[in-house]
Formats: sequence, C-alpha cells, structure tokens
Amino acid sequence: MINKVVSGADEAISDIENGNTLMLGGFGLCGIPENCITALVKKGVKDLTCISNNAGVDDFGIGLMLQKRQVKKMISSYVGENAEFERQLLSGELEVELIPQGTLATRCMAAGYGMPAIFTPAGVGTEVAEGKEVRNFNGKDYLMEYAFDADFAIVKAWKGDTAGNLIFRSTSRNFNPVMAMAGKITIAEVEELVEAGQLDPDHIHTPGVFVHRIFQGANYEKRIEQRTVRTKN
Amino acid sequence: MLDKDGIAKRIAREIKDGFYVNLGIGIPTLVANYIPEGINVVLQSENGLLGMGPFPFEGEEDADLINAGKQTITTLPGSSIFDSAMSFGMIRSQKIDLTILGAMEVSENGDIANWKIPGKMVKGMGGAMDLVASAKNIIVAMQHVNKAGESKLLPTCTLPLTGVNCIKKIVTELAVLDVLPGGGFKLIERAPGVSVDYIRQATTGKLFADDDVPEMSLN
Repeated sequence: MINKVVSGADEAISDIENGNTLMLGGFGLCGIPENCITALVKKGVKDLTCISNNAGVDDFGIGLMLQKRQVKKMISSYVGENAEFERQLLSGELEVELIPQGTLATRCMAAGYGMPAIFTPAGVGTEVAEGKEVRNFNGKDYLMEYAFDADFAIVKAWKGDTAGNLIFRSTSRNFNPVMAMAGKITIAEVEELVEAGQLDPDHIHTPGVFVHRIFQGANYEKRIEQRTVRTKN
Repeated sequence: MLDKDGIAKRIAREIKDGFYVNLGIGIPTLVANYIPEGINVVLQSENGLLGMGPFPFEGEEDADLINAGKQTITTLPGSSIFDSAMSFGMIRSQKIDLTILGAMEVSENGDIANWKIPGKMVKGMGGAMDLVASAKNIIVAMQHVNKAGESKLLPTCTLPLTGVNCIKKIVTELAVLDVLPGGGFKLIERAPGVSVDYIRQATTGKLFADDDVPEMSLN
C-alpha cells in the first residue's frame, strides 16, 4: 500500500509557489479546504490563479487569500458576497474570468479524464463564446472549451484513508471529486483519516490514485452562508 | 395584477407529475410552495442534489447540506447526492424536464439576459447559461416592466445575453406568454383584472393577442 499521509496543511502545501494555478473545491463555503487555505495565507504565496466556483466571503474561504492580495486571477462562475473581491476587481488589482458553472465543472472533469477539450452549448451566442471555436453537431452549436491545467488541486473530503481514498458527505461533495482528479498534484484534507482497509471499497468516491497527499484537518468551522430554517408547529 | 407568489402559483400549474425540475433563485424558488397536491416532482439543486426538501427545523441545520442559493436545506426519501460535473451532465443530457428561472430581459425570439448589467458589479452567471442552453423546457418568471415602467419583453435584449433563442414560455405579473417559433410573444392568458390593451402597452416586443384572451385561473 502506498502511503499518502503528510503531517498537516503546512507540509501539504509547502511546495506551492508564487504564480501557481490552484483548483480549490467547494460550493460557496460548503466543502472548502479550510486548513489548506489557512496554510496558504500563512505561507504568503502570491500571484496565484485560483479555479474555484466561488471566491469565499470577506473573512472566510478564498476571501482570506484575497485580503492578503495573494490572488492574481480568479476563474469562477459566481463571485457575489465579497466586498474585498469587488474592490480589487474594480481597481484592476484582480483579474476575473467568469465562466458557466457546468463549463467549470466539465473542464475539471476533462482534465481528470485525460481529455484535452469538451464541447458544451453553454454560452453559445453570448460574450462567453468570444474567441472560441464553435462546432455544430446534429444541428446544434457547441463551444469548444479546454481542459483546465492546474498545478495543484486542493480538496476537502469527509473521510479518507492512508491510501488516499476519499468519501465526501452530502452536498459538500460538489466540485471536490472532479477537481481531485484534475490536479497535477492533488492535496486532500479530511475530517477523519483512517487506516487503509477501514473504508469499504464500494463506498469510495475518489480512488486514492488521484490523491497525492492527505491529512486530517483540524478545527473545521464549516460556516453556513445562508442559515434558513422553518419552525416546528 | 399578480404579486410574486401569484406568479409562482401560476407557474406551479405548468408542472406535471413525474417532472424533475430545477428552480432558480428568487420567484422560481417560491414555486416549490405551490406544487399541487398529487403532483410528484423532484427538485434538482445544481450544486449536487436531486430531491431537495424544505428548510431544516431550527437547530437541525447541516453546513454540508445546502442548495444552489447556499441556503440550508434537507433531503427527502429518494434523494441522491452527486458531484458538480454529474449535476450538469443531467442538465445537458436533458434528464431535467423543466427549468424555471428569472430574467431581466427576454426578446421576441426567445433570447434571455439575466446575469450582467454592464457598469455595475458583475457577480457571474452561475449555472444559468448551462441551464438555458440545454433545458428542453424553460419557463421564465419575471416582472413585465422595470421600476421605470419600461418593458422587459423586447424586440432584442439590450443587456449581455445568457442564452439565445431558448425561452418558450414567460409568466409575469400581467400575463402568460409563449414565444412563437417564428418570433414574437403570443398572449396566452391575462392576469386577473388586466386588459389586453394594458399588456400590449407593457410589451415592446411584437405581441400577438386574440380578442378574447382568457383570464388565468390560479387554483
């Protein structure tokens, strides 16, 4: 069994350098790699290109990296809820590429499946299509979109084992499995790390072959962005 | 004239038994409250859930269980969870029967604009471009006119597009309209108490209306 375990977030991200391209899993603040983000802020690497569906909020998630001006470019589908983001965007400090959410997920998938490009109808006839090749299949137009090329993918799972196998919980799965497959180096932080053999092979969402480093994270805040409830009556 | 709940109620009547439905943020979310009894639908949330249930009871919120609006929600018997690529796979391959979403503008040839106002902060399109490009059936829930009283049903959209030639049905506070295959809005129903002339004045795009357009029923 190949052991993928590292001591923690600091070791896991130790070779991430200025100018690298990172994929970061999560949807909103759900399923984000909290420990690695904290370690990246501490390390202070700069000029990063971050591929992530969202950009966190002002004081949590990728928002923490934005505050330290570590991000040169965001590639996302939706970036509301973040005043510092807006300030940097309007002042020209931050470059932003907005792409359709399904295109984002599928460009990750393509990278993980070893395919150079995909064809999607999303964005045909809109400004998203500018400069892109359009192909017609069976009477319908599709845009050619390239697979992402990320130096690192950083994901968060619920459980993992020493062989790097991952299980996600509920909708915190989101982009994490496709990003895990897509990084040249994939770092997984998990809420619970167990010995190989403790997880049922039938229940694995991401096979360990895609994961290069794994560690058990600490102090998960799991902040809720929109707390919506109903009352019992 | 309908309020937001009235629009949602009217749209809910378009949902058929056995439909898988994706609801956008805003008025579309309200549609879930008005699905008629005896109609079984499965709501998809594009962040990776089929079978979206109601908000959790206070104290039972789960940070790992949210919808595409990042609200805490619940699952239902028969729910399933999947990743984002699979989620848009079921959208692109038209396994989702109906998409209901909001719009800032719709044109008479079925173009929709709902993600960007140039010069203002741009938040992004989220999943809207994927949904409108692939859905076999889209209903738009929108206000017929803006706050200045200007029509949002136009000959051509003025705002950056989300999708082209994709909208077939629109429900507003004034009317139910179909977008005709050859272009133009066809008035199908009037909101209670609203005249055809009133709707005609509120519609800048080409409007086709019979003399006796029925008033919509909400029950």
